[in-house]
Amino acid sequence: MSTPVSTVSQPAPAPAGTATPAPRLRASRRRSPGRPRRSMLLTALTGLVLLYSLVPLVWLVISATKTQEGLASSFGLWFNGDFALWDNIKETFTYNDGVFSRWLLNTVLYVVAGAGGATLLAVLGGYALAKFTFPGKRAVFAVVIGAVAVPGTALAVPTFLMFSKMGLTDTPWAVIIPSLISPFGLYLMWVFATEAVPGELLEAARIDGAGEVRTFFQVVLPLLAPGIVTVSLFTMVATWNNYFLPLIMLKDPDWYPLTLGLNSWNAQAATAGGQPVFHLVITGSLITILPLIAAFLLLQKYWQSGLAAGSVKE
Amino acid sequence: MHMNPRRLLRGLALVSALALGATACGGSDDGDAAQKAVSAKDIDAALEKGGNLTVWAWEPTLKQVVADFEKEHPAVHVKLVNAGTGNDQYKALQNAISAKKGVPDVAQIEYYALGQYALTKGLDDLNPYGADKLADKYSPGPLNAVKAGTDKIYALPMDSGPMALFYNKKVFDKYKIKVPTTWDEYLTAARDLHKADPKAYIANDTGDAGETTSLLWQAGSRPYKVDGTTVKIDFSDAGAKKYTEVWQKLIDEKLLAPITGWSDDWYKGLGDGTIATLATGAWMPANFASGVKAASGDWRAAPLPAWTAGDKASAENGGSSLALPALGKNKELAYAFVEYANAGKGVQTRLAAGAFPATTADLQSSAFQNTEFPYFGGQKANKVFADSAANVAADWSYLPYQVYANSIFNDSVGKAYVSGTKLTAGLQSWQDASVKYGNEQGFTVQK
Repeated sequence: MSTPVSTVSQPAPAPAGTATPAPRLRASRRRSPGRPRRSMLLTALTGLVLLYSLVPLVWLVISATKTQEGLASSFGLWFNGDFALWDNIKETFTYNDGVFSRWLLNTVLYVVAGAGGATLLAVLGGYALAKFTFPGKRAVFAVVIGAVAVPGTALAVPTFLMFSKMGLTDTPWAVIIPSLISPFGLYLMWVFATEAVPGELLEAARIDGAGEVRTFFQVVLPLLAPGIVTVSLFTMVATWNNYFLPLIMLKDPDWYPLTLGLNSWNAQAATAGGQPVFHLVITGSLITILPLIAAFLLLQKYWQSGLAAGSVKE
Repeated sequence: MHMNPRRLLRGLALVSALALGATACGGSDDGDAAQKAVSAKDIDAALEKGGNLTVWAWEPTLKQVVADFEKEHPAVHVKLVNAGTGNDQYKALQNAISAKKGVPDVAQIEYYALGQYALTKGLDDLNPYGADKLADKYSPGPLNAVKAGTDKIYALPMDSGPMALFYNKKVFDKYKIKVPTTWDEYLTAARDLHKADPKAYIANDTGDAGETTSLLWQAGSRPYKVDGTTVKIDFSDAGAKKYTEVWQKLIDEKLLAPITGWSDDWYKGLGDGTIATLATGAWMPANFASGVKAASGDWRAAPLPAWTAGDKASAENGGSSLALPALGKNKELAYAFVEYANAGKGVQTRLAAGAFPATTADLQSSAFQNTEFPYFGGQKANKVFADSAANVAADWSYLPYQVYANSIFNDSVGKAYVSGTKLTAGLQSWQDASVKYGNEQGFTVQK
């Protein structure tokens, strides 16, 4: 899934060079890097991007405080008289016999097993590809790069038919197993391990008598920590937001992740005799994104150093 | 009844699902030739013996029906699964049929989509189970729909949607506009209303295949003619001309609110007077009561405007049935459940919960016709609906791949709403695309 990549690259100052006229660029280069020149244009542009990213979030928070009737009768970007956030949260967790909690637990299961497993595999594979030479390595490289370019969506239907033959559809395995594969994570880990793990260190460990397994866990793993966090964030976001794969694989609402569950609540408004519960869909969405926001904020430090890996050649 | 953001995903899945569906169609030998008659005794024995049933449906009133059915037949366990609403479920069903695994024993299928499954032998003919004896229980529109142009019965009608014109009386009274009885008057009302209040529109429309086909149906147009695998598509008959003439003016003069049906904006517009009328199926009151509480008491129901003054012809919009997928199991139990829900005690349970009947006896019962709707200011709206049901022209048919056709409606006819494309040109390109697709799927389609 390419979404996380684009979100991350957004704040990068790359467009600044193109937006600023050339002479100014030269002038700013002369200044000391510690005190970069302020540019009104840049600040305004960054402000716009900030606004662009924050407005939907603000809308979501504000709308989550409204009742179903309040949603229809008030302006979207400001509060309504009735503050119903707590009621909404309570109703979200109790509506349809509390199925929301079930969806939440399902999502956690898919993320822990799917994203966790994907990270583990990416770390093992990335390290092996970076530090060992073996025949066929170039072929593996080509396959991985090719796989990065294939969107998961395109593979969903063939995967469905295959899983259906194996009798795995409509079970959690149908979501977890395809989530275990993250070509992008593997590639990232590969690049990261090439840069972060010096070959000399591995040689030293081997000379000191450490076996390959011990070398991996005691020497390599700590060095890879920032990369691991980065990859696990990527795979976590991808699995947490996964919609199409579970949509195809699962029929039983008891195994739905949050994305599908919220969509089924949303679709309820469009059927004869269905009850519109937009307020619960909105509150549910807010609850759904909170863990992701928390993960990003808590792991920010690692995230940044992980992204910068390999960008500068020392 | 479609939601835009998922159209892309849906399109992808549909294309693949239908591609698979075509192979399934070619590969399956005559399954219905082997279908044996099932006597009432067989069904009773099956109920006695019990077993498990999987029912795919999104209809909310079925929950109570399932509970009652299980109570009456303790040996039977019914698993009611909401496998998605409308298109989402059809995609899942088509995938399951292609994979020949995980096919439900009973599936809810809307009338417009029934042909797709019936004519590709995806569904059992219910006549051998005894459905032929139930046929005269149903009003003409739904009965014709479940026959899908054959002498078989592929599903039992669950509800129906004879059309009516819902209008916001408060808005009409405020601007002293007369409730239109013909579509020409409707056009005049649209102009007067929008002139009086530039924020108010006579209706919302951004292009909705279901609505357009229903209005064509009412206007006497019969664009689809289906005979087995031979299909004819023609949007240029006299009925279609009546429709496009009026609707083109509504579009050109910007008299239709650019709000997509079933969105939150739509619910909002119905509540605050932005959308003044809604020509839709008689199942709508339940949605009004639960979704548009703000305008309780403002709305009324009236007969659908006529295309020619005095003409009473009506049409159906929406509505769905319960069918037995050919690859499902426990057929006797499945049929017993469908009969219970759609012809037996389940009907009353569902009516009590606000569903609209497809059964003539209920449509004509005085209790039903004299029900006062507090939402419509005490109006006995069911009279309007029952009249409409009786006047539905029963010779309409949908395409055997209407689900796909509807999914490309906005790429062709939808253009008329947002660009200079004329409605007739839009219908023409919808026709061309539908013909092309049908031929690719192995039908013989003529223009």
